Amino acid sequence: MGSIALLLLVALPLAGFVVLGLAGKRLRPAAVAVIGAGSVGLAALDALGLLVRFLLEPPEARVIRQTLWVWLDTGELHPRLSLLLDPLALVMALVVTGVGFLIHLYSIGFMRGEEGNGRFFAQMNLFVASMLVLVLADDLFFLYLGWEGVGLSSYLLIGFWWRDEKNGRAARKAFIVTRIGDAAMAVGLFVLFQGLGTLQISEVAARATAAWRVGAGPAVLASALLFAGAAGKSAQLPLQTWLPDAMAGPTPVSALIHAATMVTAGVYLIARMHALFELAPDVLAAVAVVGAVTMLLAGLSAIAQRDIKRVLAYSTMSQIGMMFLALGVGAWSAAIFHLVVHAFFKALLFLSAGVVILALDHEHDLFRMGGLRKELPLAFWTFAIAGASLAGLPLVTAGFYSKDLILWEAWASSRGGPLLGAAGIFGALVTSLYVGRVILLAFFGERRTVASVRPGRVLAIPLVVLAGLSLVGGLVELPPTLGHAPSFSWFLEPSLPAATAAGRRSDMAILQGLTSLASLSGILLAYLGFLRHRRADEELPLVGPGVTGILASGFGFDALYDLCVVRPLTRIARANSADALDRIFEGLAALVGLTHRALCRTQTGRLRTYAAAMVVGTVVIVGIAVLR
Amino acid sequence: MTAIPLEHVLLVAAGLFGLGLVGVLVRRNLLFMLVSVEVMLNAAGLAFVAAGASRWQADGQVMFLFVLTVAAAEVSVGLALLLQVRRRLGTVDADVARRLGG
Repeated sequence: MGSIALLLLVALPLAGFVVLGLAGKRLRPAAVAVIGAGSVGLAALDALGLLVRFLLEPPEARVIRQTLWVWLDTGELHPRLSLLLDPLALVMALVVTGVGFLIHLYSIGFMRGEEGNGRFFAQMNLFVASMLVLVLADDLFFLYLGWEGVGLSSYLLIGFWWRDEKNGRAARKAFIVTRIGDAAMAVGLFVLFQGLGTLQISEVAARATAAWRVGAGPAVLASALLFAGAAGKSAQLPLQTWLPDAMAGPTPVSALIHAATMVTAGVYLIARMHALFELAPDVLAAVAVVGAVTMLLAGLSAIAQRDIKRVLAYSTMSQIGMMFLALGVGAWSAAIFHLVVHAFFKALLFLSAGVVILALDHEHDLFRMGGLRKELPLAFWTFAIAGASLAGLPLVTAGFYSKDLILWEAWASSRGGPLLGAAGIFGALVTSLYVGRVILLAFFGERRTVASVRPGRVLAIPLVVLAGLSLVGGLVELPPTLGHAPSFSWFLEPSLPAATAAGRRSDMAILQGLTSLASLSGILLAYLGFLRHRRADEELPLVGPGVTGILASGFGFDALYDLCVVRPLTRIARANSADALDRIFEGLAALVGLTHRALCRTQTGRLRTYAAAMVVGTVVIVGIAVLR
Repeated sequence: MTAIPLEHVLLVAAGLFGLGLVGVLVRRNLLFMLVSVEVMLNAAGLAFVAAGASRWQADGQVMFLFVLTVAAAEVSVGLALLLQVRRRLGTVDADVARRLGG
């Protein structure tokens, strides 16, 4: 029973993809919408059913394994298409299908009347199906299939409006930059297989802990390579540059990439392989530092963006950085908790930003918005709720609980420390600053454009549901200072070990006070900086145009990579456009041509020369035969 | 009756063969080239017969019958071709019929 439900979870969106991919052009738009959103909706219901089933069973029994078939059977390598459902996978599947379904529902309204509706929903379904393969795979080989499937579908969807060449370039950039990480991850899998002789996830964990000491070479190498793969997919330094450009896709696609699928894959991978990473403490420390640095850089960049979606993109990088920070200090379930909560509010931020963008006729520029509070009350309220959750407004929002847990772990766990904790708190301040700026610029102040479209009911339902989740979603995990009911970590306990942070309750309360203070003062700063003294648009107050430019360009990583990687490569390619190796083959071809011309000369058509040649030939052959 | 030594007959055959060969190489008239080929064939036939006679065996004469047959076939095809060449090109000069030249 359970295994069929598990199979359906992956098969439903995949079936939606197949049907829409084959017949999408011939179906009416209504049918496309029903199949596209319905397949993911049914999968979400299926996941809910599995959750109920898990909750009714004792924690030890909360696991379903199912092998579909053996992919290859060669020597020692037996990659299996097998599924594993444990609490971690179920949480991820719930997020992917649940948030994914709401985004699909929203897309019906958002993409109404667009060309290529069938293609859009087919690719969205493929995206969800690939992500489900990724989170439910029991074999790293199979996981890698989902990993690449996610990359493929993100490429297709970012470039959905392919008539504009800019979008195609953004899609290629996303594909190529994540590919660097993917290649590292593939090598990491080879290292694992060479060292352990298996790629089955639970076996890898068991054999790695048995075979390798803490800090052993292969363990460090494999986990570092897997981390590089995760950093590519999750847009962490130094592979983060693709994410802001990925905004070229339609807004629901951005929501899907940022909330439910794609960027969370890296977090999931590290959490899933936590046993391996614990054998490499240095790599874990690197994870934490990379996460913290990404969090701060991306947060600062978000302050200076003009495009509302780019603000959200940098915000995602920053929040994923926070999850990596949590992973790095060993707070596995805190990272997953923040992943879930982030999925709620980030999807909501994108979807309500989508309402604004749609209402202003595809206007992305924050400085052309303003005063939309009265005109688009639904978008305003939902955006404000999601923004509050992102900023971690104390007590009332889900973001507060998850962020607070991470900061506490970063501060107090044995792998963390005051430095990481302080970075986290500063990150919280920056976060609420940019959130406050977006809300103030877009919804307050004087009106600059007139909204032309108001959201229909199809757009409104997902917004309201996600707003509810962004507020109460945090109540599944209450910290010791506030009732102590960590049911989320309890649920994840069979998959992920409990956090290590040990500290007094009073310290925790002080830290929570600090975090709250940081988030409130960020909003106050935003109010002072962007509403009270609203100045010449682009420039940030206090810092001047130079710093604003650096921040707006995301610290110039694009320019740096362009200079260091892209241009040298294109130069080499151009210099070698007449491929040096080709010369050998061109020489061979020329030799053949030369011989051809020489032999052509002998074909005179004169009968008598032929006869003479035969005579000479015969004499030579007979001569050789006789003289030997 | 004293037998003619084999060597002498073979020398005559070689001479005939050489005459035919020279004819094929130097004549430009296709008809004379065909005649020269006949001479070469008969030189080979003469060599077969002489070799067979010197060993008191009939094989040489059998081979000569084959050579005759081949020669007959060759002449009939050759003459037909000759007629066609004459009809199409208006000449029987082998050096003019060189359309196969590469």
